[in-house]
Amino acid sequence: MKLSGWGRFPQVETEVRAPRDEAALRALVTGDRPVIARGNGRSYGDSAVGAGLTLDMRHFNHMLEFDAGTGRLVAEAGVLLGDVIDAFLPHGWFPLVTPGTRLITLGGAIAADVHGKNHHVEGSFGACVDWVEIMGPDGEVRRATRKDKDDLFWWTLGGMGLTGVILRAAIRLRPVETAWIKQTTLPAPDLATAMELFEAHGQDTYSVAWIDCMGQGAHLGRSLVILGEHAKLSDLDPKKSASPLDAGHKRKLSVPLDFPGFALNRWTVRAFNEAYYRMGVWNRGEALVDWDTYFYPLDSVLKWNRIYGRRGFAQFQCVIPLASAREGLTELLQAIADAGAGSFLAVLKRFGAQDSAFSFPMEGYTLALDFPMKSHTLDLLERLDAIAVAHGGRFYLAKDSRMRAETLRQADARVRDFEEMRETLGLKARFASAQSERLSL
Amino acid sequence: MTDLPVLILGARSDMGQAIAHAFAAQGHPIQLAARNAASLDAVRSDLALRHGVEVTLHDFDVLDSDGFVPFLDGLPALPQVAVSVVGYMGEQAQNEQDLNKASLVLRSNFEGPAGILALLADRFEARGSGTLVGISSVAGDRGRATNYVYGSAKAGFTAFLSGLRNRLAKKGVHVVTVLPGFVNTAMTEGLDLPAKLTAEPEEVGTAVLKAVQKGRNVIYVRGIWRLVMAIIRNIPEPVFKKLKI
Repeated sequence: MKLSGWGRFPQVETEVRAPRDEAALRALVTGDRPVIARGNGRSYGDSAVGAGLTLDMRHFNHMLEFDAGTGRLVAEAGVLLGDVIDAFLPHGWFPLVTPGTRLITLGGAIAADVHGKNHHVEGSFGACVDWVEIMGPDGEVRRATRKDKDDLFWWTLGGMGLTGVILRAAIRLRPVETAWIKQTTLPAPDLATAMELFEAHGQDTYSVAWIDCMGQGAHLGRSLVILGEHAKLSDLDPKKSASPLDAGHKRKLSVPLDFPGFALNRWTVRAFNEAYYRMGVWNRGEALVDWDTYFYPLDSVLKWNRIYGRRGFAQFQCVIPLASAREGLTELLQAIADAGAGSFLAVLKRFGAQDSAFSFPMEGYTLALDFPMKSHTLDLLERLDAIAVAHGGRFYLAKDSRMRAETLRQADARVRDFEEMRETLGLKARFASAQSERLSL
Repeated sequence: MTDLPVLILGARSDMGQAIAHAFAAQGHPIQLAARNAASLDAVRSDLALRHGVEVTLHDFDVLDSDGFVPFLDGLPALPQVAVSVVGYMGEQAQNEQDLNKASLVLRSNFEGPAGILALLADRFEARGSGTLVGISSVAGDRGRATNYVYGSAKAGFTAFLSGLRNRLAKKGVHVVTVLPGFVNTAMTEGLDLPAKLTAEPEEVGTAVLKAVQKGRNVIYVRGIWRLVMAIIRNIPEPVFKKLKI
């Protein structure tokens, strides 16, 4: 069947199997075709589309142990982050790190080593992982732990499923007093101001900026910087503090059909961005918002990827190191604005320092945005690649659907070590995705 | 009400586990019964952690009728709701040629489930309360060439549930017959099923919970099956016997 990631591009022919137990999984892993594990299909490109077989891991969705003293959960890789929240937020626990959707599996979060709005303080998802159990090329299951300085552990974080099939993991949750977030919205009329705000708020737990990538000239990089802290019990009014860990349930909308290709164009997006920025200026300052609205605004619109129409869309996300961030971001934003191709889902974020074997984040600024697939989109993305590389930047593989193998190597010196590790451990012939083939990993 | 236990017979099945989740989410303790129950430990811990309820595992073999009484005596408490999800389809081509295979299908879908529910019915009747739920099948509504061995076993089970409901109606015990239609489970994996007629196991879980709460008698999980089966039941036999469906 044809399969794609969340961006619905590219569509790749693959065979999907959904094993129900370890024995069935082992038979597939040690079979005659290379495999890749797939969770809930939220990576944007072809990371979780098998070059041979695609292993749908969603039957492995059991929670196994929870230590109510330390907040440590042992669970199978197919458990959704949202299920973890549903089960443990009522008891005062929340994921230490979460990306902008809770509809991802734990296995996917580890394989992509996802990050959230608190990266500058707490690091990427790997920071909460104590160990992972991985099925290797021989079908044997190994536990790789953080403590033992185990290479397999570190290669698996951000290893895009190319070190084996992640089966189980132990993750640490954070204690919270309430299900609410104290949010502060700070308008920034241009890029320099936005970056100054990030630097000034380096101690805040959460920070992220929505950035208007249609802004030109003096408006280039104008943003709404949004800070957040877990609200304490004392921050709630009496009505909310009666059940502080229950913020209620939101109604879900769904996009019922593919939008036509012309629905999103430079004028509709520009109008939206103008209105959104003004609304942010109007609503600036503090507000108390529920966890779902704060962390997962898009999850409330099911199938939102359909607004980009039948041809799908591509995400672009790079990180530029601190020293060249301002210059690099300016060039990127200029190129996007010149092309008039920006989207309304554009995000700017300051990353903290991070040591990792193959994970995406490093200290600097990350820019993420999506582009509907149109005739010139791939050309624009190549121009953006070149700008990022010229400023020492690198790319997020969970978002990538079209990068060239040479570009990845120019951007990231660690690729050679990763390839060598795959070769040495006999992983190359066993674990392969459409992405790993394209990038010859 | 929510501290009353729910027994799932055939807890290895996707439907059985989905039904367990639906009741556990309401706060009911769960008793999971299946062959080699110890291997369901991940299911047990998952139910307990997600819903904060007590979950126990019990060895149960629907083909071992001598074991039924000791099995029931060994439960930590007589359940308030007992759901039989036990079933086995086999291959029609083999079932119609091989008496042993046919017998296995008849015993797994009719004799065994009816036997254990009969024993539970007596205990529920003595107590004067409880709900019995039997997962039967639309295949039992009319025999078809493609699966009449399985279908006839389910027809027997459906009739048994109907009679049991009639017998217990004035004794405080309710009986629910569930006709799921196609469900996306291990049993139907690899079959090319029409999406509109195929329910997810979670839908069965929700439907069973609702049927028990509201005291419904016979439910189809997706409403469209009521119409489909009404049509199939009403095709005149001279026509029906020549159809390939």
